[in-house]
This record gives sequence, structure tokens and C-alpha cells, in this order.
Amino acid sequence: MTLLTIHQHLTTYLAIGAMLFGFGVYGLLTRRTFIGMLIASELILCGVSVNFMAFNRFLAPDPAVGQIFTLFIMAIAAAEAAIGLSIVVAIYRSFKSVDTEDLVNLKG
Amino acid sequence: MDVSQTIYQTPSILSADGLVGLVFLVMVAVTILGAYVASTAERVVRAVSGLVICFVGVAGIYYFLNSPFMSMMQILIYVGAVCVTISFAIMLAAPEEKKKTTPANILSGPLGFIVAALIFGCMTGLALKTEWQSYPKSGSGSVRDIGISLLTTNSMVFELISIILLIAIIGAVVIARDGRSS
Repeated sequence: MTLLTIHQHLTTYLAIGAMLFGFGVYGLLTRRTFIGMLIASELILCGVSVNFMAFNRFLAPDPAVGQIFTLFIMAIAAAEAAIGLSIVVAIYRSFKSVDTEDLVNLKG
Repeated sequence: MDVSQTIYQTPSILSADGLVGLVFLVMVAVTILGAYVASTAERVVRAVSGLVICFVGVAGIYYFLNSPFMSMMQILIYVGAVCVTISFAIMLAAPEEKKKTTPANILSGPLGFIVAALIFGCMTGLALKTEWQSYPKSGSGSVRDIGISLLTTNSMVFELISIILLIAIIGAVVIARDGRSS
């Protein structure tokens, strides 16, 4: 297993998926605006999709199932982005800010 | 054709196999670079640009996973739709990260990095240690197979996803429109 044949191994793709997931979690924890957190959550979903596609290519009996699953993840991600961004726009209109620390109305 | 021979011999960098491996490494580098920019850039506009780069890299990785269709879909849906929508939201809401006045959350410092690194390390370790078991293939995974499966086996989920998308779009319009007249 050398660097040039690394794309023929399942582990490579699982590592890429885990790395995308890790970057997403890091962004989700450190971001201070809603849009930044939304971007990080897209990274997480992308890592999950890479995992599904890797298992689909190497292990699954029927290679169509994983692709359909990834297609559904993409559709859900698009719906989530649309809803999330409209909420961001609505919040900006009433608070004049999308910083997570300015929205403390529910704090006791 | 002997499969184990073709997999485990090291190709020359100028042969076709070597170039394929090189392109894969470039795609992985693009993905990691984009993900790094997307999760650490200080300005949100740069983070979105990083997200676009990362998604293009992932589309290339999908190509290596025998799925040019998903590669196209990745570019169409993520780069063409989701990232453009996020850019529009940035233009509407101008979410610049301001200077940190309040003490930072305990998770947003090195602890957040440790958590992310632990997740990455543990999952990669699991992937390396597990003996993955392969099953005999029963289909080719072509676009034709995907279409047939979407209209027969997975037709219920397909309908549900259509309804979810419709409701999400209507809901997005309703939420974003609220309070517009004031």
C-alpha cells in the first residue's frame, strides 16, 4: 500500500470522512455566528456522505443503495440550509445581529 | 485478471495508474484545505469559499468511488445551490465576527480542538482495526439502477423527500417573510 495506490483502500475514504466530521465538529464548537455554525454542519453531513459512498463502493452488495442514501442526505441538507438561513435572516431582522451571544432573551 | 496483482503493485508515477493515484492525492489535499479554511477562517465569506473548495474536492473523491452521478449531484446541489444560498444570507445579514468581549465558551478554545481530534483519531483507528467483510456484488450501481430503485424499492422515501423539500421551501419563505412590512 503506497501513496499512489491509496485510493483502492476503504480505510482511506473512512479517514477522509472522519476528518471532514472532525473539522465540522471543531467549527461547530468554535464558531460564534449562526452562519458559521451552519457551514460547519454542512461539513459534518459531507463527511457522513463520504462514509456512505465508501461503504457502498467497497462492501455493499447492491451499489445503488448507498448512492440513493447519499442523494437523500443531500436533499435533507438542502432543506436544512434553506430553513436555517431563513431563520438567520428573520433573527437578523429583529435583533440586528446573528452573533450567538447576543440572543439571550430566553436566558433566566 | 488477477485482482490482487493489480491492487498491490506500485505503479510508476508516469503510468496511467500512477497519474490516477496522483489526481486522487490532489483531490484529498483540496478537500482537506477547503475543510480547514471553512472551519477556521475568521471571516464568514472566506469560510463559504473554503466550503466550495471542499465540496469540489469531495466531488472528485466521489468520482473515485465509481459514482460520476453523485459527483455531478454534489457540484450541482452543494456548490450550485447550498453555497450560493449561504452567500446570499451573508449578504443579507452581514455576520462579521466581532471582537470577543465576553469570556469565550470553555469548548471554543483548545478543548474544542481536542474534542475534534479525538473524534477523528478514534474513528480512523476503528476503521483501521476493523476487519471489513465484503459481499458479492449484485448490481452495477449505474444511473439506470439508481433510477429503477428510486421508482420501485425506495419510491416511498422518494415521495417523502419531495414533500419535505416542498414544506421546507414554503416554511423558509414564511419564516423569512415574517415582519417584513414593519
